[in-house]
Amino acid sequence: MSGFFKSSIGRKVAMALSAFFLMIFLFQHFVINLLSVFSGEIFNEVSHFMGTNWLIQFVMQPVLIFGVVFHFIMGFILEIKNKKAQGVAYAKNNGAANSSWVSRNMIYSGLVILAFIVLHFIDFWFPEINTKYIQGDWSGVHEGVEGYRYFHELQEKFVNPARVAAYIVAFVFLALHLLHGFTSAFQSMGATAGRKKTLQNIGKAYSIIIPAGFIIIALFHHFNHIH
Amino acid sequence: MNLTLKIWRQKDSNAKGQMVDYKVTDISEHMSFLEMMDVLNEQLIASGEEPVAFDHDCREGICGMCSMYINGEAHGPDRGVTTCQLHMRMFNDGDTITIEPFRAAAFPVIKDLVVDRTSFDRIQHAGGYISVNTSGNTQDANNIPISKHAADEAMDAATCIGCGACVATCKNSSAMLFVGAKVSQYALLPQGQVEAADRVRNMVAQMDLEGFGNCTNTGACEIECPKGISLENIARMNRELMKAQF
Ligand code: HEM
Ligand code: SF4
Ligand code: FES
Repeated sequence: MSGFFKSSIGRKVAMALSAFFLMIFLFQHFVINLLSVFSGEIFNEVSHFMGTNWLIQFVMQPVLIFGVVFHFIMGFILEIKNKKAQGVAYAKNNGAANSSWVSRNMIYSGLVILAFIVLHFIDFWFPEINTKYIQGDWSGVHEGVEGYRYFHELQEKFVNPARVAAYIVAFVFLALHLLHGFTSAFQSMGATAGRKKTLQNIGKAYSIIIPAGFIIIALFHHFNHIH
Repeated sequence: MNLTLKIWRQKDSNAKGQMVDYKVTDISEHMSFLEMMDVLNEQLIASGEEPVAFDHDCREGICGMCSMYINGEAHGPDRGVTTCQLHMRMFNDGDTITIEPFRAAAFPVIKDLVVDRTSFDRIQHAGGYISVNTSGNTQDANNIPISKHAADEAMDAATCIGCGACVATCKNSSAMLFVGAKVSQYALLPQGQVEAADRVRNMVAQMDLEGFGNCTNTGACEIECPKGISLENIARMNRELMKAQF
């Protein structure tokens, strides 16, 4: 089995498995964010649960971090190996004749997502770790804020238009990444070639609706909470 | 028609090559691309220059020898054809045509447009066959019933001519369409089952050893393949390799 994951196909399977995990996580994250549009209170409750439940904090969170790191490190490894396999570059290459732009530029859409993940960690994750693990404050409340602090923090983050703009750019690239990645992951798993119509349509729906949803949520909070 | 050709010239495998411009005139639109190359070579020989080396054999689209990356596509702009089946009517009078060898680290250039594709042969040697004792008591082929569907799919996979257009086209120089086809043609038939696990493991191992890249499912190979080998064959190979682990 260890030999399998050293083979070209094994690496693709590993890549697809990490991608599936990320896509499930993304969906879950989307559903929780969506709650913030309808009710700050419910969003607070769910956030507090996610932030303090030991299973999520000590099992799911490390798995997620591993999944993200594994995915982009493996992405870089595959990209470097594939560059080496190419040899001399063509003087003229008409890639558009036979493949989509998104499928040929996964590494670039991925790099934009990676830059966003860094920003996201600085915005939410590091402060969260600081509050809970360094200051030891697991109460979920903050002086001067009614109820739990999470919804308030979310609103604060979307005041700055520059950050909202960065979010929008990042999610557009995530959509591009997924427009190829979704069906690609199924093919890597050997399920079917990515050319099956229903799978393509589900892929398109997921890749457009979820990132567009994240963008709309960011805009919603921005325009509801301009100081 | 009159054409300007930009052709990769390279003296031998160690030389540094470069693109060189040539002009050909009075090319008939009914000529095949290779016939147009013949006209150019006659011109070059007449003027005492070294003709352009290129691979060809059957000139009817079945041997897989003719290669060439024409205007940025393997076997040129037409679909479902090899270079010998590409007609000059696909081009216009006055066009500039760029002609390069198939590129991949695993397909080193031997001379001009001729590349070494023996890496494909070594992959075949690693498992692209079934072992049958044919000495004397050969079975009737009809003794083993095979469903029409499986027979058709196996036949489709078996039409791969090993031309290497899939590798040349792939941004990752991946050979997975070729190997997928070769694995599939046996995986679909009862005769292929006995050695199925070893076959896929050994062929994939050889493919990796030869330095072909990783498939990222762009689908370019399927579009450029002269025989219309389907991406399903790559998915099947992935399944076969997973099955072979247990
Ligand atoms: C952290 C930054 C990321 C980088 C650098 C990155 C990079 C890559 C690369 C290089 C590939 C392989 C290209 C290919 O197989 O076509 C890939 C595939 C993929 N990525 Fe990402 N990615 C990132 C984040 C994400 C995220 C957040 C998701 C989903 C929520 C995702 C979903 C996918 C999917 C579904 C695939 C296809 C897997 C397959 O072909 O088997 N990626 N990524
Ligand atoms: S799969 Fe198609 S492109 Fe690749 S070697 Fe076979 S016939 Fe040529
Ligand atoms: S020369 Fe045989 S396929 Fe073109």
